[in-house]
Amino acid sequence: MKRFAQLLELLALTPSRNRKLEALVTYFRETPDPDRGFALAILTGALTFKNVKPAVLREVVTREVDPYLFGLSYDYVGDLGETIALIWPHHGQQEELPRLADLVELLETTSKSKLPELIASLLTRAAINERWALVKLTTGALRIGLSARLAKTALAEMSGKPVQEIEEIWHGLAIPYAELFAWLEDRGPRPDIAHEVRFHPMMLSNPIDEAVDLGKLDPAEFSAEWKWDGIRVQLVLGNGPASLFSRTGDEIAAAFPDLVENVFGEAVLDGELLVGENFEPAPFNDLQQRLNRKIASARHLADYPAFMRVYDMLFDGHEDIRPLPWSERRQRLEAWMARHPQTRLDLSQVLPFSDWEELAELRRRGAAEHGHEGVMVKLKSSPYVPGRPKGLWYKWKRDPNVVDAVLMYAQRGHGKRSSFYSDYTFGVWKGNELVPIGKAYFGFTDQELRQLDNWVRNHTVNSFGPVREVEKQLVFEVAFDSAQVSGRHKSGVALRFPRISRIRWDKPASEAGTLEEMQVFLEAT
Amino acid sequence: MSFLDRNLDILPIGVSIDPTGPRERAIITHGHSDHARSGHDAVLATADTIAIMKARYGEDCAGSFQTLDFGVPLMIGEVEVTLFPAGHILGSAQVRLRYRGETIVVTGDYKRLPDATAPPFELVPCDILVTEATFGLPVFQHPRPQDEIGRLLKSVADEPQRSHLVGAYALGKAQRVMRLLRDAGYDRPIYLHGAMVELTRLYEARGIAVGETRLAIEASKAELAGAIVIGPPSALKDRWSRRLADPVLSVASGWMSVKQRARQSGVELPLVISDHADWNELRQTIAETGAREVWVTHGREDALVYWCEQQGLAATPLNIVGFEECEEE
Repeated sequence: MKRFAQLLELLALTPSRNRKLEALVTYFRETPDPDRGFALAILTGALTFKNVKPAVLREVVTREVDPYLFGLSYDYVGDLGETIALIWPHHGQQEELPRLADLVELLETTSKSKLPELIASLLTRAAINERWALVKLTTGALRIGLSARLAKTALAEMSGKPVQEIEEIWHGLAIPYAELFAWLEDRGPRPDIAHEVRFHPMMLSNPIDEAVDLGKLDPAEFSAEWKWDGIRVQLVLGNGPASLFSRTGDEIAAAFPDLVENVFGEAVLDGELLVGENFEPAPFNDLQQRLNRKIASARHLADYPAFMRVYDMLFDGHEDIRPLPWSERRQRLEAWMARHPQTRLDLSQVLPFSDWEELAELRRRGAAEHGHEGVMVKLKSSPYVPGRPKGLWYKWKRDPNVVDAVLMYAQRGHGKRSSFYSDYTFGVWKGNELVPIGKAYFGFTDQELRQLDNWVRNHTVNSFGPVREVEKQLVFEVAFDSAQVSGRHKSGVALRFPRISRIRWDKPASEAGTLEEMQVFLEAT
Repeated sequence: MSFLDRNLDILPIGVSIDPTGPRERAIITHGHSDHARSGHDAVLATADTIAIMKARYGEDCAGSFQTLDFGVPLMIGEVEVTLFPAGHILGSAQVRLRYRGETIVVTGDYKRLPDATAPPFELVPCDILVTEATFGLPVFQHPRPQDEIGRLLKSVADEPQRSHLVGAYALGKAQRVMRLLRDAGYDRPIYLHGAMVELTRLYEARGIAVGETRLAIEASKAELAGAIVIGPPSALKDRWSRRLADPVLSVASGWMSVKQRARQSGVELPLVISDHADWNELRQTIAETGAREVWVTHGREDALVYWCEQQGLAATPLNIVGFEECEEE
């Protein structure tokens, strides 16, 4: 436990991504099974204790500390877990805490009625820094700014195995991941998980640079489709229940039973998750109702039925067709769809065009008349390559200018919004660091405001006065009229009339825009 | 009504303790700038505090100075004034006032954990205790400073190519950190930001040895790799720190116990080393002085006032204007 506490503290306090990685690698190398497996589960949020709720901890602490004094302290510190760790008034002889695996077992098997006593005795035994880690791990709310992706990257670095291979099998693995570590250390085979729970890392696109790219690219070599306004998903169909993965490899099938229970065949499909009747996509807002929920309500299922608009195929039956060119995969996909007519799957149509001007006109009309986000442009000869390879897939977004930015700070609003965190500062990546590019306080509905407010309160890492710094996880699609060079912002960029055009609950922060990408907008004005 | 008012003016004799603006006559508990200000006509303080004031504000920062040694009663009119060590920084004093059978102690800033750079705190029984409350919340339970220094030394050993830049207030904290390092057996030169030098020399001249120090600005980048550098917290992210080799940012302060606060200021290695009493010391002191009434100032008064009332003690927050949250401790 001591070692894990040190790791957590380092992860919380080290700003450098590389150093976090290094610390994770060292930890995974030096810590034996099954402790490191439990650590991995805790760090990636895969392990939570169903009986240990913040209310239990609060109860434990207010048995020992005057509730009024606890309240003052909590107001000051701003984080429940840290308040408890700091305020705990009993200091034992600091016997060693149990090793992580034993601790996990204790927390999982102790009955509800005995839990407060157990937690109290652990708190007393722990040294101060361990106490902090202990509270963090019991509540599962680490809030140390660590993404599951970083933990997987550390495993890749530790072993020399590609991170995609780890992500691929991630969802089929069981805590404490002994098989995974055996494979990573070349002591065992790659865990053989069922095909149905295997995630295949997705192929992503790059924004098109009209001035540079269009002159160089031959339109005859490319195919185009609408850029659909939903969320990117991967559907894995086989003998068992279907799996539905988000672009980060999170399994979201439970929230979309109407889709996964009504599809059949054997394939791995790539496409857009949308809601609507008769394959008529409803606005993204409607889809939003169904995101961020572990389980769908009956009303949502009726009002916003889900379907998937398919645009690529990774496996045809059991055959991996990712090495085939896009044009062949497309033929396979069309043939497969013809053989398996479905009520919840349809094809994303290929748009005919002969030159870029024609496609530009289509894109303009699509945006104006149908609200399409833009067009996707794909190299016909391209295999399916995980990650974001250059030169194969492009997204050509509609005007106005939009950028995906990460929420960094939220501030309480004024007037009727005074109790809501309604003013948002967001930023884009500059290397490994986020730099703020602007602030917006409109562009969302009242209901979204409540969701955002709730999100901010649950993801605060720091509060200073009315401002909260949040975990860098939530992506906003920010629309703006123009971008200008600015000396006032650290990023050197200022946006004119920024507004939040959409909350991208589904999009990982690591895929938000970069400062480099912003240069395109600067040059345009 | 007492002979000391809520602004710490001693009414029968017109003398103020740590006044926030210029007065005719002032008693100064210690040299930190929120207590010691320039421009008083006459100052009464310990010799160390007077030396510190002169070093910081100039020889003529007060009209006249009078030294008072610890434990020596001085009659000013009908009021007996005695200074006792507060253990906060070099020269820091508590002020005991006696007048017509009533005893009041003004602690100034104090701590009870051992500190080789300041004479140890002495407990002074009294009727009314005026206590600081910088860390007056139960979340503040300071660890042992030698353990914190151990963490710094471990980090230095673990990261031998990086400089360790420790933010520490130039008066008191910086010298204490150096002394703690020496007492832990660290004998390499310690590198200083220019702002630390004069007060460090003053400490040395007054008998507090801190071992070999060098000016960081005169050292090469290679020399600073693996070294400990001490600078004021404000200089941590200055251009000045660019000369350091990929520095580990550290801050030595009681505030550093709150990790969120450390993260907020980008501190990678927070060292919880405080020159103030923590929650437990504050309560212990209140109880041990036997005071029947407690005035609370300097910090988080609410919690300590509440606690006193729970103990059946009369307690009042002072809310003196001009005392800011003591970030410099």
